[in-house]
Amino acid sequence: MGKDGSLGYLTTRLDDFVNWGRKNALWPLPFGTSCCGIEMMASLCSDYDMSRFGAEVVRFSPRQSDLLIVAGIINLKMAPVLKVVYDQMRDPKFVMSFGACASSGGIFNVYSVLQGIDTLIPVDVYVPGCPPAPEGLIHALMRLQDLVAKGETHSQKKLAAFKQKDA
Amino acid sequence: MDVRQPIATNGGDWLTKFGELWKKQLTQINESFGSSVQEVRMPPEYPTDVPIIYVQKESIIDVLKFLKEQPGFEYGFLADITATDEEIDPRFEVVYNLFSHQHKCRIRLKVRVSEGEEVPTATSIWLGANWAEREVFDMYGVKFKGHPDLRRILMDSRWVGHPLRKDYPLRGYQLFTDSEPVDPTLLE
Repeated sequence: MGKDGSLGYLTTRLDDFVNWGRKNALWPLPFGTSCCGIEMMASLCSDYDMSRFGAEVVRFSPRQSDLLIVAGIINLKMAPVLKVVYDQMRDPKFVMSFGACASSGGIFNVYSVLQGIDTLIPVDVYVPGCPPAPEGLIHALMRLQDLVAKGETHSQKKLAAFKQKDA
Repeated sequence: MDVRQPIATNGGDWLTKFGELWKKQLTQINESFGSSVQEVRMPPEYPTDVPIIYVQKESIIDVLKFLKEQPGFEYGFLADITATDEEIDPRFEVVYNLFSHQHKCRIRLKVRVSEGEEVPTATSIWLGANWAEREVFDMYGVKFKGHPDLRRILMDSRWVGHPLRKDYPLRGYQLFTDSEPVDPTLLE
C-alpha cells in the first residue's frame, strides 16, 4: 500500500502466490483407523488448535479435501480403500503418514498389515511415534507448509513435470 | 508354578463352583454318547479352566443339540467356534465354546479332523454359528458340511491360502490395490 492509502503492487510469481494460498488453507481428510486418530482429534480441538495454521476445516469427503492424514494401522483389506480415497482426491493433494503403523507397519509385521502406506501411495511427511503427540502433527503440518510453499510435494512435482513436458 | 493347580479366572474359582455340576454332566454325556466321546480332559487332572470333551465328528451335532436342550445342561449360548492347527494327524481341532446362562458355567467341545475332511455345520442349532464357521474356514481351511454360505469372511476373497495354518508364512503378504470384486449374486 502506498503512503496515501492507495493500493500499491507486489511482485511475485503466480505459482508462489497460489502456493502461499494453498499452504495456509489445507483441508485435511482424517483417515483415522486407530489410536493415532485420537491424537489427531486432539490436535484439531481447541487445546492445540490446528486452525492457527489454517487447517481446521476437516472434510470427510476426499473430493473436498487436499491433505490426507493417514493416522493408524492400515490392514491389507483396508489398502484398496485407502488407494480409492487417495485417487478420488483432486490434485494437488498432500499425504501425511501419522504414526508408526501408517509409516512402516509399526509393531505389526504380520501377514495382514500393510508395511507402510508409502508402498501404496506417495507420502510427503512422516510423523514418528506410537502414537505421536499433537505437537508432532503440528510440526508435520508446518513442515508440509514449507514443502507446499516451495512446491516440493509429490503431487506438485508431478504437476510441474507434466507442465514442463507440455511446454 | 504347578500348572495342575486350578486356574483362577475372573469369575472366581470355577472348579469349586462348578466341579460337581461338571462331573454330573460328564457322566450323563458318557451314558448317552459313550461311543462317540473320544477323550475327556477335566480339571484339576488336566491343566484347563473348563472340561474339554473330544467328540467324534459324526456325532458332534447330536452332542451340541443335547447340551443345548437337555435339562441340567442348558448350554444355550454358543460363545465361539475356533480351531487349532496341531501339525499331527488328525491335523485340526475344531473348538466349540459353550456357555450356560442358567448355570453360569462354561464347557468346551473339540472335534479332531484331518485335512480335507468336513465337519457338519452347527448352523441348524445356532444361527450365529454361520459367521464363526466362516472364520474357521477362512483362517484354517476347515470346511463345514451343509453350511449355507461358506465364503471367506475376514481376508480378501482373492487371498490364497489360510493364514492361521502353521505352515502359512507369518509375513506372507498378499497386497491387492484394487477393491474386492463384488459377487453379483449377493446384490440380488
